[in-house]
Amino acid sequence: MSNARTRIFQRLTAVERPVVDLSARESLSRFAWDKEERIRRFTERMQAVRAEVHVSDREHWLDKLAEICQAKGLNHLLLSPNTEWGQAISQNATRFPTLKHYDRPIEAWKHELFHEVDAGLTSTLGGIAETGTLMLWPNGDEPRLLSLVPPIHIAILETDKLFSTFAEAVQQQAWAEQGMPTNAVLISGPSRSADIAQVLAYGVHGPKELVVVLV
Amino acid sequence: MKPDTIYFFGTCLIDLIYPQAGVSAVQLLQREGVKVIYPQAQTCCGQPAWNSGYRDEARKVARAQIKLFPKDLPIVIPSGSCAGMMKTHYPELFKGEADEAEALQVANRVYEFTEFLVDVLQVDLKDFGEPVAVAVHTSCSARREMGVADKIEQLLGQLSKVEVKEQAYKAECCGFGGTFAVKQPEISAAMVADKILHLRATGATQLVSQDCGCLLNISGAFAYQANHEGKTAPKAQHIAEFLWDRTQAAEEMKS
Amino acid sequence: MSTEFRIDVQKALGKTEVRAHFRKAMDTLMTNRRNQFPDDAALQALRHQAQAIRANALSKLPELLEQLEAKLTAKGVQVHWAETTDEANQIVLSIMQKHQAKSIIKGKSMVSEEMGLNHFLEAQGIEALESDLGEFIIQLDGETPSHIIMPAIHKSKEQISQLFHDKFPDIPYTENVDELTASARRILRDKFYTASVGLSGVNFAVAETGTLCLVENEGNGRMSTTVPPVHIAVTGIEKVVEKLSDIPPLLSILPRSATGQPITTYFNMISGPRQADEKDGPTEVHLVLLDNGRSNIYSDPELLATLRCIRCGACINHCPVYVRIGGHSYGTVYPGPIGTILEPQKQGLKVHGELIQASSLCGACGEVCPVRIPIPNIINRLRYDSVRKDTEHTPTFDAGTKRKPLEAAIWQGWSWSASHPSLYNFGGTVATQLRGLVPNKVGAWTNVRTAPQLADKTLHQQLKALGVDHE
Repeated sequence: MSNARTRIFQRLTAVERPVVDLSARESLSRFAWDKEERIRRFTERMQAVRAEVHVSDREHWLDKLAEICQAKGLNHLLLSPNTEWGQAISQNATRFPTLKHYDRPIEAWKHELFHEVDAGLTSTLGGIAETGTLMLWPNGDEPRLLSLVPPIHIAILETDKLFSTFAEAVQQQAWAEQGMPTNAVLISGPSRSADIAQVLAYGVHGPKELVVVLV
Repeated sequence: MKPDTIYFFGTCLIDLIYPQAGVSAVQLLQREGVKVIYPQAQTCCGQPAWNSGYRDEARKVARAQIKLFPKDLPIVIPSGSCAGMMKTHYPELFKGEADEAEALQVANRVYEFTEFLVDVLQVDLKDFGEPVAVAVHTSCSARREMGVADKIEQLLGQLSKVEVKEQAYKAECCGFGGTFAVKQPEISAAMVADKILHLRATGATQLVSQDCGCLLNISGAFAYQANHEGKTAPKAQHIAEFLWDRTQAAEEMKS
Repeated sequence: MSTEFRIDVQKALGKTEVRAHFRKAMDTLMTNRRNQFPDDAALQALRHQAQAIRANALSKLPELLEQLEAKLTAKGVQVHWAETTDEANQIVLSIMQKHQAKSIIKGKSMVSEEMGLNHFLEAQGIEALESDLGEFIIQLDGETPSHIIMPAIHKSKEQISQLFHDKFPDIPYTENVDELTASARRILRDKFYTASVGLSGVNFAVAETGTLCLVENEGNGRMSTTVPPVHIAVTGIEKVVEKLSDIPPLLSILPRSATGQPITTYFNMISGPRQADEKDGPTEVHLVLLDNGRSNIYSDPELLATLRCIRCGACINHCPVYVRIGGHSYGTVYPGPIGTILEPQKQGLKVHGELIQASSLCGACGEVCPVRIPIPNIINRLRYDSVRKDTEHTPTFDAGTKRKPLEAAIWQGWSWSASHPSLYNFGGTVATQLRGLVPNKVGAWTNVRTAPQLADKTLHQQLKALGVDHE
């Protein structure tokens, strides 16, 4: 193994390095869209890939969320009780479906997660208007599978964290400088595929529905 | 500023198979008041060998050509393919050679014929022909290597009685590709079969192109179908010949 | 000259229905891409940027690989190096054996196709199951991908319906794509649930942060890399980029060029196994870095551009040859223009040398390539390598082996007469000479075209007669 490494590096370092024109490399793509425009574009892109977007605010989001859960007839909602959103929901638990907490390692309740959870709720690190994208950095409170295994993913996005482009978000939030988490994910709609005769189908392996509540 | 003298490089295909296209191109240039020099020692740009991987052989032929254009004059070529060879591939072909600078000098002076008429001479054409529906096939080298696809359309746009019909898959290759047509004949045949299908569907009775390689391929396939299946074959012409035929009456009327 | 390739091509060309299917599929992909780039100037600027990002990474390749390895290792990812596909397969196997794993669930990975991993593992009694819907479909039918992005693009809805019904008799025959998809979801969810090892490819690996990036739509890539306790990522050594800020432009141009989506549904960035405070994710992450000829390509300044490829498939979608013969005719892992330049370089001109003739050099591929690989120029270069005499000056395997005495003699003869104009002008010498290149007596040209007729008088003669100056 290490021999392979040595030989590969021997070959790579034996080469006279190509001189490259890098003048085009650094350009940062961003748009001067005001907040309203960012929300409009984000919503338009999300809806184009069959995601639901609900516009709300800090006063009414809990009502909106309860409404959504009811409309979808959810029996369970998986969330973290430790986020700002999770705390508020937990304090108003009677207005919501049975709340479940992702409070054990996956091995301890894999069957339940795969078979007995209707929807997972997550916060987001922010959003991208250009492409209609949510940015998630899963962690101990909101693990990776929370936004992946349940058939419905509900995400709360604060509109002041809605950037025009991914490039802008990476720069403004200093992703590289703070170091990447073990997993970061961009989500731009419900799971989909066009592998059967180019016919678009939703809900292949990930969530069948993506619901975004803008706060 | 319009140059008063240019070099004309006729290409081997025009020389041997479509000389009338070359004559028409020269006459059009002369009519615009440009003196044309046609070095008689010219043969071929070297592209057939270059595209077949025989670079030494291509260079030997190319070397004989670059010596024929010593004066600092534009070199006008009635073919996107040969122009592309000289303009974009001579610099590669002569890289590190003793005469590299000379080759670059030549490359920098190359113009494709329609490009020269539109951009340099800014010709103003008068149409004296009968109404006709024309389809245009732009060669891949004119389109992608030389970036002059729009020039032929601009020229046709000046002709009042010419209606340009657009075929489906307009930008797709006709399947000529030089030796490709004989090295992979089945694929090439499938490509030209589709090309003439789309061209025929336009109802155009006339086909024009900047490149005789494509014309050889497309008109050959049309003629084959005419011979074997009795289908009609649109008349295929190099753009220079088509333009000359339709605009030469202007000269007669002046006199 | 009835080579295997040409026999496959003839078969493919005869399948009218499949050809119509490819045509429709490629038309859709081309239209989708065009719609994503309404502003040509912006597209060209982005292509230049993507090219610069990839070229920069390649210019620092050994340093970036070291940095990537150090970053990943620090976070607990185990990094493995493989010179050959055989070594890469052995590495995967040894990880499987260490965990006594009997099955592996795979996200889409072209490098694993390159390795022939599925067959290798199956021979060892290990089940390798594809989870990308397209890959799943072709695996069911014992086929290989016909396209790098849309692996089952050659199959019609009816064929897939029948296939599902044949392989899973409890699934009633249906042509409803939603129902077919739901069946695949059900079958594969169980597999994700039970699998102890998941495998994926890598689209970009960021040296600066030690991050493996995966682009996908279905969620199978996330499942494969998150649910099983062990994740093995396999990738080519060229996939590294220097900085995290290099990623957004690449992510912007890749899906738009590939399928015409503004972005894929998921962009998954993995920088390590599960940490102590996390509740899921694999406890072990392995990265297998495969060379398989890439460092050889790296040694040539012109061929190096091949390694800029980000595997979007746009060149394939726009290729007039691919659309007619389909992916399988190439007989390679990577078909189309990218396969035409990559496969002969990886496996040698003896095996795949004929592919470089399967191009009319129309340039459609180079025109759409998001990282501006001059594919036609590289095809031309490989044609040169295939017949050149100074084979020590190129790293291409089997250089010079396609030089045939007859063909060489024809070009030498042509070169002589075309550089001696007095001979050349002696009426059609050249045309006569070139006729010798036609492969068989039936006449490749005249099967579908009339033969060209030489003019009575050459242009030389006519212009001389007209008194046109000659100097």
